[in-house]
Amino acid sequence: MPGRGRARCASHRRRLIGVAVAAGSALLVSCKGDKEKDDARVALAARTGPATATGDTTTKYADDGQWVRPAKDFQGTRFSGLTEINNTNVQNLHVFGTFSLGTTRGVEAAPIVADNTMYLITPFPNIVYALDLTKEGMPTKWSFKPRPENASQGVACCDVVNRGLVVDAGKVIFNTLDGRTIALDAATGKELWDTQLANINLGESVTMAPLVVKGKVFVGVSGGEFGVRGWLKAVDENSGKLAWTAYHTGPDKDVLIGPDFKPFYKMDQGKDLGVSSWPADQWKIGGAGAWGWVTYDPELDLIYYGTANPGPWNPEMRPGDNKWSSTIFARHPDNGEAVWAYQLSPHDEHDYDGVNENILVDMDWKGSRRQLILRPDRNGYFYVIDRKSGEVLSAEPFGFINTTNGVDLTTGRLQYVPEKATRLGQVTRYNCPAAPGAKDWQPAAYSPRTGLVYIPHQNLCEDEEGLEANYIAGTPFVGANVKMYAGPGGHRGLFDAWDPVGQHVVWSKQEDLPVWSGALVTAGDVAFYGTMDGWFKAVDARTGHDLWKFKTGSGIISQPMTYRYGGKQYIAVLAGVGGWSGAIVAGGLDARDSSAALGFVNAMKDLPQKSTKGGMLYVFAL
Amino acid sequence: MSSRFDPSLGGHKGMYTSHSLLATSALTAIAVDDDSCQFKSGKWRVASVILAGSLLLIGCERENRRFSENPPTATPTSTALVVSDLQPGPAMVIPKVDAPYDDNAWAVSEGKGLFNSMNCSGCHFQGGGGIGPPLMDEEWIYGYEPQQIFSSIADGRPNGMPAWKYTLSTQQIWELVSYVRSLSSLIPKGARNGRDDHMMRKTPEASTPNAVPKMSSTP
Repeated sequence: MPGRGRARCASHRRRLIGVAVAAGSALLVSCKGDKEKDDARVALAARTGPATATGDTTTKYADDGQWVRPAKDFQGTRFSGLTEINNTNVQNLHVFGTFSLGTTRGVEAAPIVADNTMYLITPFPNIVYALDLTKEGMPTKWSFKPRPENASQGVACCDVVNRGLVVDAGKVIFNTLDGRTIALDAATGKELWDTQLANINLGESVTMAPLVVKGKVFVGVSGGEFGVRGWLKAVDENSGKLAWTAYHTGPDKDVLIGPDFKPFYKMDQGKDLGVSSWPADQWKIGGAGAWGWVTYDPELDLIYYGTANPGPWNPEMRPGDNKWSSTIFARHPDNGEAVWAYQLSPHDEHDYDGVNENILVDMDWKGSRRQLILRPDRNGYFYVIDRKSGEVLSAEPFGFINTTNGVDLTTGRLQYVPEKATRLGQVTRYNCPAAPGAKDWQPAAYSPRTGLVYIPHQNLCEDEEGLEANYIAGTPFVGANVKMYAGPGGHRGLFDAWDPVGQHVVWSKQEDLPVWSGALVTAGDVAFYGTMDGWFKAVDARTGHDLWKFKTGSGIISQPMTYRYGGKQYIAVLAGVGGWSGAIVAGGLDARDSSAALGFVNAMKDLPQKSTKGGMLYVFAL
Repeated sequence: MSSRFDPSLGGHKGMYTSHSLLATSALTAIAVDDDSCQFKSGKWRVASVILAGSLLLIGCERENRRFSENPPTATPTSTALVVSDLQPGPAMVIPKVDAPYDDNAWAVSEGKGLFNSMNCSGCHFQGGGGIGPPLMDEEWIYGYEPQQIFSSIADGRPNGMPAWKYTLSTQQIWELVSYVRSLSSLIPKGARNGRDDHMMRKTPEASTPNAVPKMSSTP
């Protein structure tokens, strides 16, 4: 789009701030170039919300210039309508600015941009920086040190990461590793409230990015490897007071399952399944946290998120379906009441967490318009789910799978291969996907222009042996020996474009190392991702052709984003290797022990030669 | 036997192989001697020299078996817990503390059992590390001397290591100390574990090369 058109749109926008959301969305449409209009249906739905929504997430920030939460919009598309940087000129990107985080552990967060300021959060000790975009060199406006408990590093299973902060209603809201949720004044960095939600002495920690919807901050717990009793909590955005807690194991009243609860499949129906699907009392230490992504559908007024693996990993110690681990919940944001649930991996055998993102998209499905969830799951299947009812419409493998034989769409049940089950004192070999699944935390992106989902993921298999796990509060509760290695083909990573309607891969890029970064896709038809040896890459969103790459100082395992300032588009990403996959570098681990870092080290023995640690922001522009 | 183990005694595979050969021939000699008494004196003299020599060599590797002893109750005193090599003014000699079980295979094995059942392995795995630092390499953040490891376990360390002194007995902690030291071969080979009953995760402790321990900053 020519510069004058942008400026006209920008001034037009300024005059319209404060008017109804409907008018705002019309404006957004008018700001799009002609070629975007046809395909912008879903994106439009993704950027508008009901007029009842409080906070400024649905109005002022419903703007491609800003990026106020890690997933960009409530629906988790990670799609930007910006087109200045596109598939014809992306090869001209150059570094515009950098900023050192001063930390050496894995950086999984997204840079956040709101009101001419960029906000960054580091891994533990979770320092927040505000960078002034109005000044040359993006100087620091303010910084905030929450000083989390040092000891919390001992209850973080897979590096001391943080997946991002959000900006809402003039506040910066984030979680700390020791389980606090903190709100700061976005302009000054002054603390507004600080609420302790997790208890490290129970093995609880918090690594996820919160989501703010209608004045409530949603925070889930980490600790599936520490025998926590998983939960999602809602905190009042203004007071910091706890509004509700939904546990993921135990009796229905604790899980906030009431009269509104109508799961689609029989296997998820019944009273107090969170108790009866466990051996006596074991639900109290059954894991099933929520450390991934929460998305929100303003139209149905429901939040969606997935729960983590059950504990311990050794499945023979927990006969039963282990509800509600590895489950998608749809809940009312106001009171937390569950509307439906669907257990993706009942009685999980291989650490197939269900925390992956639920991307909310309205699209044509077999002749009718459907409100859908698009979800590449850790168990290796790409789920298309009706987000109103919880019915699974499709579940096709997007990675190599030999531990299960598909999903029975009439019962909703994942079909395990019995020979691949994890058994006490026995070694099962060549289980695919391995414990991190075909895809771990790294979020996919959806482009309404191409209709494709861009999936960063890994290709790993493992040998596994069940061990007796001993529960001691505040210590790991795993009970498994794991040794991972590259899956078929020998490449450990993939960046794939998946057609959710056709249910197949459109193009696929093989990477030597696991692709542990999130994805970004823009209306310029460019998809971005990073590699663990530090390459930041741009590929054509339609063909997958390589367009541009830049070698950063450390491996990239974070979430790229884009924003506009002063009429110019920028792309930003944080480098800083680590996370579960990069623990060998971030934690200085010894590769001679193949079981180190829950067996991931065995697959990453060459990483110390390919990347060194160090958190750093990179901003690119034309 | 002193618990101060000289790393130069171990680590030569060829030497151990010749020990075993000598031991085998010596035992054969005894068996022949007992059964028939037909050896000539010269041959007997050679056999006794071989026998004595091999017993001596074997002795280097064998643990000193101990029975019916009271468990250790002593915990290291504060003067032994220094973790810095830098001392202002004239340097003091830091008292050496002997680990009661560095030469005791049974206790080291008990330590290994505790290491897994008390979930040390959940963070340090089999020595390669994960949530916690590796224990099989040469880098030690809080020290590799027995009393320093004792304190790391008993008192905890600030970056996530729990304090176990209220959960484990002094004896159990000393067993863990010697097992942890065995991961980087800081104790005599004869006391280290020679095999692992689980999925092959790493070379057994008895075959792990000696690491020269060094103080290191946080990784």
